[in-house]
Amino acid sequence: MKRRNFLGLAGAATATVTATALTGNAKASGHSFEGYPNSYGVLFDASRCIGCRQCEMGCNKINSENKSEAKPWINLPAKDASVFATPPAEDTVRTDSTMFTLVNKFEPQALGGKSPVYKKFQCMHCKEPACASACFVKAFTKTPEGAVTYNGSVCVGCRYCMVACPWSVPTYQFDKLIPYVKKCHMCHPYITSGKAQVPGCVGACPMEALVWGKREDLVKQAWERIGAVPGKYLPHVYGEHEMGGTNWLYISHVPFAQIGLAEDLGETPAPELTSGALGLVPLVACLWPVLLGGIWQITKWKDRKAGEATQQAVAEAVALERAKAGK
Amino acid sequence: MSQHDHGAQPVILPPTEAWGVLRSLLNPITYLKFVKEHPILSIIFVAGLVVTVNRFLIGGLAGTTHLDNNNPWGIWISFDLLCGVALAAGGYTTTAAALIFNIKGFRTAVKPAILTAFLGYSFVVYALLYDVGQPWRLPYPVFVSPGTSSVLFEVGLCVMLYVTVLAIEWLPNFTDWVGMKKISHLIHKATIALTIMGIVLSTMHQSSLGMLYLIAPSKLHPLWYSPQLPLQFFVSSMVAGMSMVIFEGTISHHYLHSRMSPEYNRDHDGVLFGFAKACSIILFGYFFMKWVPIAGENKWAYLTDGKFAVMWWVEMFGFVALPCLLYAVGYRNKSTGIIKAAAAISVLGIVVNRFNVSWFAFNIQLRPGQHYFPSVQEVIVSVFVVTLIILCFRFISKYMAIFSDHPAYKDHH
Repeated sequence: MKRRNFLGLAGAATATVTATALTGNAKASGHSFEGYPNSYGVLFDASRCIGCRQCEMGCNKINSENKSEAKPWINLPAKDASVFATPPAEDTVRTDSTMFTLVNKFEPQALGGKSPVYKKFQCMHCKEPACASACFVKAFTKTPEGAVTYNGSVCVGCRYCMVACPWSVPTYQFDKLIPYVKKCHMCHPYITSGKAQVPGCVGACPMEALVWGKREDLVKQAWERIGAVPGKYLPHVYGEHEMGGTNWLYISHVPFAQIGLAEDLGETPAPELTSGALGLVPLVACLWPVLLGGIWQITKWKDRKAGEATQQAVAEAVALERAKAGK
Repeated sequence: MSQHDHGAQPVILPPTEAWGVLRSLLNPITYLKFVKEHPILSIIFVAGLVVTVNRFLIGGLAGTTHLDNNNPWGIWISFDLLCGVALAAGGYTTTAAALIFNIKGFRTAVKPAILTAFLGYSFVVYALLYDVGQPWRLPYPVFVSPGTSSVLFEVGLCVMLYVTVLAIEWLPNFTDWVGMKKISHLIHKATIALTIMGIVLSTMHQSSLGMLYLIAPSKLHPLWYSPQLPLQFFVSSMVAGMSMVIFEGTISHHYLHSRMSPEYNRDHDGVLFGFAKACSIILFGYFFMKWVPIAGENKWAYLTDGKFAVMWWVEMFGFVALPCLLYAVGYRNKSTGIIKAAAAISVLGIVVNRFNVSWFAFNIQLRPGQHYFPSVQEVIVSVFVVTLIILCFRFISKYMAIFSDHPAYKDHH
């Protein structure tokens, strides 16, 4: 019985140690990360974009030339162009695994539903990315330079990043037998290696609808533009606070929801949505074995006591009968 | 109590013949006989194998599934993973009742429950091989690059450890059968440690499956999204596990009666009534638990809002309140029929709940045309996996002492 006891405790201890060791850095503590200082980002201005899609070409060009991230295009993808020509009012076409970015045409109610407004879609490069917190092999990295990058060499293909991303940015090569996730890396590898000064899309934009710079400066610049022509822009920099803030920022002269940017996301960074619950896991791992071990001991003790009581009662009854018979 | 014959002790082959049975599995004639006896199961197998080849060698995920960039998870997650894990919860609930709470008459239910859980979890992992893009990397999260901030990491680690625990707990059935008694004895000494580890790991990953969805508040409908989702998943898994024990006990009784010892049959109704009462109480609590976030987060307006409201009411009254009531009535009237009906509804209810969270009420931001519906091949894989579980269960309980004590342990009684 002693040995059983010991094994029970040993098992409990193992479970506890394993669980605490492995979930140790899931803290339930308060939020304090302010983002990397001096990180870079891009500011997109919907009022300047004319829908020429040169950014898509620029993106494809730099990514097909380097590391064969994408197949080179000669023309812009036709399927996208067809949606462009006859736009179903609010339709949002999205990137697939052959592209990192695309431009969509919207005809927002705010402008009477006739005038087009264009929006470029790509990874938002969150300050605290949902994908990185959701990935169980740490395939995503938030670089101090601002970009969220993906390392395919450890990717299992669970696609939890795609579930987690509030903008559903990551795409998957469903058609490949050895598939990977694809998403915009803000040209991080090319800029750090000096192959490019700015991201491919930014360099290709003829309208300065895309501006590359330090995030802090971009936020300032965005508010300056909003303040410079009162009434032109909506007084909101999309991405300044959304999901804890992103390195890609948007300003617009029409409501963001009407150009396909969800406005109901809140300001809580994605990792915080699960860290509280994850923080309880070690508690379960610590508390449960002790409680269960205790219950086991108590039930065993009660059974033994009940057995002893029965035995004693029987013995007494037998003794009584014997005594009677003896008389 | 039931009136039917409690039967005789089932025949357990001596160890010398056990190896012969295992060798026959290598003989093609065994399979030809199987095809002749079970043509429908054979068709499921062939279909499953064809899809398997297509999934891994020809079409990939695009050629087998309707998954896309907006719907990265389909029924292989909704059904095979979420429902599979919840319905295999009978392992931890039964062992807790029998070995930790020491409830009399539950011991005979332990071995079938462990077998179900072991097969359930093993095939959850098997089904995941189809779902993930690069299945050969499945050990990566634990052994190569642990992403400890991920809920999925917690799930993966717990499931991996729990499958190991279940394999060890199940192993004595096999070692007794083939006559390796020493191994059985060694494992029996660790019973309580294994049981406690099983309960701890189950608590963690059952709740973590609900936790997976906490990261996507904008995608899951507010009636289901709640910080309490992990708690709801854990509590409902208890009902799922016990209902499944009742449900499959009924089926086993029908098809495997000759394998059941008088002791098993004697205790069977007691287990049924015990679990019925427990399920009724837990469902009662769960019913109110589901109201807490509605009240606490002021979501009343959603309760009258279109099709999601209808789905929510159906789930709450058809699959929580109704089985709760049926279990209570069945327990009070000592009616096994009503309890079995309650168990079937509860099992279905778990499927409804997990489908709502991971599929029907998920990705609500998408437009109607973008919604997911499984392909025929995805369904075939799920059916194939369930069939494999049933056949393994049947094979093991046909030869090993699952519903009886192994003759080697006669002296212990």
